[in-house]
Amino acid sequence: MHKIEIENLTKYFGDKLVLDNIDLKVREHEVVCLIGASGSGKSTLLRCVNDLVPFDSGIVKINGLSIHSPEFPVRDLYKRVGIVFQAYNLFPTMTVLDNITLAPRKVHQIKKEESEAYAYELLALFGLECFANSYPEQLSGGQQQRVAIIRAMATRPEILLLDEVTAALDPELIGDVLSVIKSLKKQGMTMLIVTHEMGFARDVADRICFLDGGRILEEAPPAKLLSEPENPRTRQFLQRIIEAGRL
Amino acid sequence: MIFKGTRSRKRTGRTLRMRDRVLPHLISTATVLGAVLIFRALILRAEQWPRIKAQFFNLDVIIEVFPKVLHGFGINMSVWGIALVVIAVWALVLAILRSLTGPWFAPLKVFSIVYIDLLRGLPSLLLVLLFGFGMPALQIPGLPKSSLFWGAIAMISSYSAYAAEVYRSGMDSVHDGQRAAAKALGLNQGQTLRYAILPQAIRNVFPSLLNLAVALQKDVALLSVLGIRDAVREAQIYTARTFNYSTLIAAAALFLAATIPLARLTDYVTKKDRERRLQRTT
Repeated sequence: MHKIEIENLTKYFGDKLVLDNIDLKVREHEVVCLIGASGSGKSTLLRCVNDLVPFDSGIVKINGLSIHSPEFPVRDLYKRVGIVFQAYNLFPTMTVLDNITLAPRKVHQIKKEESEAYAYELLALFGLECFANSYPEQLSGGQQQRVAIIRAMATRPEILLLDEVTAALDPELIGDVLSVIKSLKKQGMTMLIVTHEMGFARDVADRICFLDGGRILEEAPPAKLLSEPENPRTRQFLQRIIEAGRL
Repeated sequence: MIFKGTRSRKRTGRTLRMRDRVLPHLISTATVLGAVLIFRALILRAEQWPRIKAQFFNLDVIIEVFPKVLHGFGINMSVWGIALVVIAVWALVLAILRSLTGPWFAPLKVFSIVYIDLLRGLPSLLLVLLFGFGMPALQIPGLPKSSLFWGAIAMISSYSAYAAEVYRSGMDSVHDGQRAAAKALGLNQGQTLRYAILPQAIRNVFPSLLNLAVALQKDVALLSVLGIRDAVREAQIYTARTFNYSTLIAAAALFLAATIPLARLTDYVTKKDRERRLQRTT
């Protein structure tokens, strides 16, 4: 069964075509990585999946139902699909615990005790329970990003969208965040991941999509796409990554 | 040779640093003090000085009228205190109305824009005269007729327009990512404002709001034009009778005694706020 189905998705920013007739399907428990140069449209594509950015034409379906259909309650979309951003975007005036329990309590009307119990469970899972009452600013970047992942997990989503979650981190902090994502994969989470970490993509992805100019130019399992890409643009892109020492 | 050089520089470095720290202070303080003393001597020696002293710094006059001026100042400060609370709330409402999106809220948004444009564009004095004399003159049953009430309303209306713009700049300063995160969590517009935007916005503009509070603290004296017996009015009454201005100096001292501590507090809060931001970026 397909968790995410993107059909003929097209989006313009003003006159500029950012997503050009994209088709992409993600099965349950599958992890798909989107790679490509800046401006290739991968982050925008990710944000179309949970309706954070409006698109001009095409359909996005979650569990076979269009996210814009009347039978798909908006609140349900945000419950089923969690997103984690490059810049964490935690609320700085709230404690870690309040950040995590905000959506369950205020949007999904889950009791305080219940949502806090689940928050502590997740914090303990990622070794962060001692920070429950800290403020985000008191945490390192890597810790903040893990809290952001927990916040996205707090509504027990079926799909997780990760938007360059390690791009803002110091190299020595990246490992902790990536291992959290790997453990989510083991639990069977369906994930769509935008990343610049090719080594990570190779480890975690079932499939990698290479985007260029708003189109998916190549789509293959990591072993194939990273080692013997067919498209010359993909080859060129990977060549530059290798030269930069990131693969 | 080189080794010796660095060592001796190190040793003198510390004494130099002490001297560097203390000496400029001594020199500058001595210079300013000297200038003040010379200026003071010039003034005291001037033949007009006794007249100036009697006119502006007559201690007997000040002591005689001080209770009345102080009582008037109490009125100033109560108006200020009440206005501050009302402005803080009303300006926030205006700023929120202005930030609303969606066709349903368009009229409210337009109201807020027009309100802010109008009241920010008019002199406070004109508003005080218009409300303070105009509204009681209308004799509308059910509405208060006190010019003090309407004068305060005028100040509140005018300052709310400024404070609303300060709030708005605070809301604009919150990073777009916060809105995206709030939306992705499923928060509606009201919840996004309440939990994500406003707490940060208010924290960001708190020093600017305190600055407005200092400005308002002295501008409440505008109400004296309505005949309200505040500190300035009380002082003026005496001045008109005796042509002695010492009471105005007394009122001035009272205002300074109130505004300067608040200004220092604003400085302190601003400094703390800046430290917090620097800490966040590093």
